[in-house]
Amino acid sequence: MYPSRFRYEAPRTLDEALALLAEHGDEAKILAGGQSLVPMMKLRFAAPGVLVDINGVQGLAYHQEVPGGGLRVGALCRHVDLEHSAILPGAQPTMAAAAPLVADPIVRTRGTLVGSLCHADPQGDWASVMLALDGAVVAASPRGLRTIPVGEFVVGTFQNALEQDEIAVEAVVPAAQGTRSGSYLKLERRVGDFATAGVAVALESDGGRVVRAGIALTGVGPATIAAVDAQQALLGSSLEPDVVERAAELAAAVARPRTDHRGTADYKRHVVATFVRRILTAERAPAGAAA
Amino acid sequence: MTATEPVDTTSDTGAPTRRITVTVNGERRVAEVEPRLLLAHLLRQGLALTGTHVGCDTTNCGACTVLYDGAPVKSCTMLAVQADGHEVTTVEGLGTPSELDPVQEGFVAEHGLQCGFCTPGMMLAARALLNRNPDPSEDEIRWGLSGNLCRCTGYQNIVKAVRWAAEKEAQ
Ligand SMILES: Cc1cc2nc3c(=O)[nH]c(=O)nc-3n(C[C@H](O)[C@H](O)[C@H](O)COP(=O)(O)OP(=O)(O)OC[C@H]3O[C@@H](n4cnc5c(N)ncnc54)[C@H](O)[C@@H]3O)c2cc1C
Ligand code: FES
Ligand code: FES
Repeated sequence: MYPSRFRYEAPRTLDEALALLAEHGDEAKILAGGQSLVPMMKLRFAAPGVLVDINGVQGLAYHQEVPGGGLRVGALCRHVDLEHSAILPGAQPTMAAAAPLVADPIVRTRGTLVGSLCHADPQGDWASVMLALDGAVVAASPRGLRTIPVGEFVVGTFQNALEQDEIAVEAVVPAAQGTRSGSYLKLERRVGDFATAGVAVALESDGGRVVRAGIALTGVGPATIAAVDAQQALLGSSLEPDVVERAAELAAAVARPRTDHRGTADYKRHVVATFVRRILTAERAPAGAAA
Repeated sequence: MTATEPVDTTSDTGAPTRRITVTVNGERRVAEVEPRLLLAHLLRQGLALTGTHVGCDTTNCGACTVLYDGAPVKSCTMLAVQADGHEVTTVEGLGTPSELDPVQEGFVAEHGLQCGFCTPGMMLAARALLNRNPDPSEDEIRWGLSGNLCRCTGYQNIVKAVRWAAEKEAQ
């Protein structure tokens, strides 16, 4: 299989890349890690007339903490960079848990977090993680920069909120209001597969009480789902067993899974509840203490 | 490093092409390619390096794994033009018949292959894994090679082969 014909451009700067998008409009597509776009082009699900390869653009391959809290992830930060990050394990437990579960090790060499958000696959792991963290995407265009919350960025199945002339330059996680905790759990049929169901939980607590909670679901609806009621149920709590149970039920209730080759709708909803319960129960038990 | 004759991978369709220069297994190669040519096809058809196998052609199996600037990539999912100015290592460049890479020796010693189809990709993925982690546990090897499928399901010996290479390199 090979893609249909296209014109290939490899800009060296962001301005050059933006100029190419401005010139070619909806004919053009950005190529980042290519781990979703190239397979789609080979299958002829995508046939851009102009491919703007941003891999040579300098200054986009970073992830770094923001002074005062928070994290910035550049458009060319690869999954593998996050998997082996020295920063994430302490600062961003939900991201650290998800990084080794995205695709497989070879795909992770090339694929990017920002590209994954742009791809807006309901099965994409990063969109759930970033939604739970209340993250945002920063888009550049000839008009300047704008920041789009992930909840508004992912507008539907394979649909993002970018204008034709915009490039996502980075994803950002805001500073925590308290101590950060959380995790990501994913059920896959075999290693490297997309999620049968996945759950991202990101908590911020102060004095043993939850002051902010993010819960987002992967692969159980037409787009990434924020479990808003479940989040609400955790606020002010210390993750008491009845609160955890309630959150698990509320999260399962907003899942809209479909029965497919990965499992039945009921099964996936059950997995969502189980994962919410597991993550919250582990968070309640301090590391090292008997559960 | 030797420069060789440019390879023309294009048919006579008049479609626009680009001239690229890629260092393949330490040798500078020049090729005239259409942008849609995949790296796997440049290697196999253009440069006659048929050790790079194409299995699934859908980014799942890892048979087409090569090292791109030292990192493992699925060459069925990269464009040849993206290799312009970069270094690619295929199984042909992993060792020489008289001096095999320890990973290759490990596959021989531990019988790490059956039909051999997945083997080039497995060995390059293993090489990349050992470069990052010279002493991987069995579990780390299984995770590290989880982007490579063996349709003969010979995983047990593949894991042993990688451990063998790690131990040899530790000596
Ligand atoms: C075998 C396999 C298994 C996988 N399993 C998983 C999995 O389990 N979980 C998971 O989450 N993902 C999985 N993926 C997808 C993988 O994570 C991709 O890397 C990711 O979805 C897209 O990132 P990319 O950088 O490769 O983007 P590309 O493929 O380059 O681009 C994807 C789309 O986003 C657009 N785009 C990319 N970057 C930008 C930007 N900066 N600005 C504007 N538009 C942009 C492109 O134009 C394109 O439309 C899998 C892929 C494969 C091949
Ligand atoms: S042929 Fe490239 S991953 Fe299977
Ligand atoms: S040895 Fe046959 S596919 Fe692995």
